Amino acid sequence: MPRSNAIENWVSSFGGGLIAQLENFGRFWMFCAATVSYIAVDLFSVRGWKRLLPQCYFIGTRSVPVIMLTGTFVGMVLLVQGYDQFDNAGLIFQLGGIVNISVVSELGPVLAGVMLAGRVGGALTAELGTMNVTEQLLALRSMGAAPIRYLATPRFLACLLLAPLLTCYANIMGAFGAWLIFAVVKGTDSSIFWSSTQEMVEYWDLWTGLVKAVLFGGAIGMISCYKGFHCKPGAGGVGQACTQAFVASFITILAIDLFLNMIMNGLYERWYGFRSLI
Amino acid sequence: MDIEKPIIELRRVTKSFGRQRVLDDLDLRIERGKTTVIIGRSGSGKSVLLKHIVGLLRPDRGEVYFEGRRIDTLNEKTLVPIRRQISFVFQLNALFDSLTVGENVGFPMTENTARQVPKAKIRELGRRCLDIVGLAGFESKIPPELSGGEKKRVALARAIAMDPPPKIILYDEPTTGLDPPRADVINKLIRHLQHEVHVTSVVVTHDMKSALEVGDRILMLYNGRFVADGSPQALLESDSPVVKRFIEGIAEPEELATISRHADFDGRR
Ligand SMILES: Nc1ncnc2c1ncn2[C@@H]1O[C@H](COP(=O)(O)OP(=O)(O)OP(=O)(O)O)[C@@H](O)[C@H]1O
Ligand SMILES: [Mg+2]
Repeated sequence: MPRSNAIENWVSSFGGGLIAQLENFGRFWMFCAATVSYIAVDLFSVRGWKRLLPQCYFIGTRSVPVIMLTGTFVGMVLLVQGYDQFDNAGLIFQLGGIVNISVVSELGPVLAGVMLAGRVGGALTAELGTMNVTEQLLALRSMGAAPIRYLATPRFLACLLLAPLLTCYANIMGAFGAWLIFAVVKGTDSSIFWSSTQEMVEYWDLWTGLVKAVLFGGAIGMISCYKGFHCKPGAGGVGQACTQAFVASFITILAIDLFLNMIMNGLYERWYGFRSLI
Repeated sequence: MDIEKPIIELRRVTKSFGRQRVLDDLDLRIERGKTTVIIGRSGSGKSVLLKHIVGLLRPDRGEVYFEGRRIDTLNEKTLVPIRRQISFVFQLNALFDSLTVGENVGFPMTENTARQVPKAKIRELGRRCLDIVGLAGFESKIPPELSGGEKKRVALARAIAMDPPPKIILYDEPTTGLDPPRADVINKLIRHLQHEVHVTSVVVTHDMKSALEVGDRILMLYNGRFVADGSPQALLESDSPVVKRFIEGIAEPEELATISRHADFDGRR
């Protein structure tokens, strides 16, 4: 008998877990719908902008230094890694273009996104989670103010709008970092670097990167707000929510990146044909 | 509107969290213009009860009415006009950390989009309400800088600073954490609002002195039901052992027995 009991327990706990997961999933999408539903009205109201701008300052302006640093390092690392290989193969005149393509279409947005998830996502989740466990969200509701509209919409919107802008900073600094190693450290002629960049990097690469950044920003904002709004009570609950928000944002960024690469490559081939970089 | 009709009515409300039944088939009618005090042991469900009145929690079974209208089935949007007539002082104050004291007190008015109160008036009313609770000049501080009692008083100021004044104020332990003279001010304030502004108050408290002073009617919540209901005088004369022990502040014998049962809890033999 105990054996069948164990199986029964296992099945029931598995089923319970599955239902809880599905419920969670449904709640997340309801949350997204509610957050998005306030965007249109809030963009045309003074109150909406009053809530949005401080978030833009915190999420955007305050992130610029770390994002620029991230971009610089990405460019430098790529160049250091590729230099000897390309030099040996006699392809050094292509290196600038290759590095910059990977920066603007892939590594700039992804690493800016990861940085944003860590810096902003953690802080947003902690702030909203603390408000949740200290009943400030209940207080808002009791005064007739919708917490989602008041708190989640401006944060989501700020992430969505500023992620691409921050990615531009990362891209520019990536190119600069690569150039720094190429011309200053390795002492190669910098005109080779820039001409190959001009020749090889297409607007397509830039746009791919920026589309990714918008989606990453939106995902980070949404996930962080959701986790904050639904965290468990206590300091432990808030901490756990922050961890979950970062992990979920990170994985979502990677998943979006993969799917978007497949879609964008497909579109490119269909419209312009195969593109050879080597 | 019929004066005799209760402003708030709970009918057979049951609420459980997991296996724990907190409210058990509870009936409550709160009269307009009166101050109703709810007492009860810690964890007896007083805060849960208050949250049902503004729709922050929904009953598992039973109904909640505000001015004769059923509200426990309303969605968040349709609850807004009702909530704007009710002020809630939370037990843990729930002040907004990111706003200053002045902004906190003005918040219910600034966010009331249905009725635009001029900015100058909001500031003036906020200033006066802070003065009443003894916090004049605290406008530009932020809540994390305040002491526990100061936070409580800001929460009280936020609840009364409304234009027009709220119809109902729900106080969750308004005098906890205040020094006795300050608690006295708050008791007088509750009385004043009742007599001069005709506010209906529901006060949840452990503080028997405050309960007896402000209450027109006192109810005691025990095991999810009311075990006492009547005037302060009737409560004092009650011969129910549960009520008596609460008023006199005497623990039940079983509770005291736990101390001797765990006499060695600090490691001594
Ligand atoms: N959201 C919740 N989830 C689970 N249990 C809860 C929740 N809210 C309240 N409870 C439980 O319900 C019971 C009553 O809680 P409530 O906060 O109403 O007590 P109270 O009478 O206000 O006590 P106190 O005087 O200490 O504030 C408690 O045992 C508490 O654990
Ligand atoms: Mg309580």
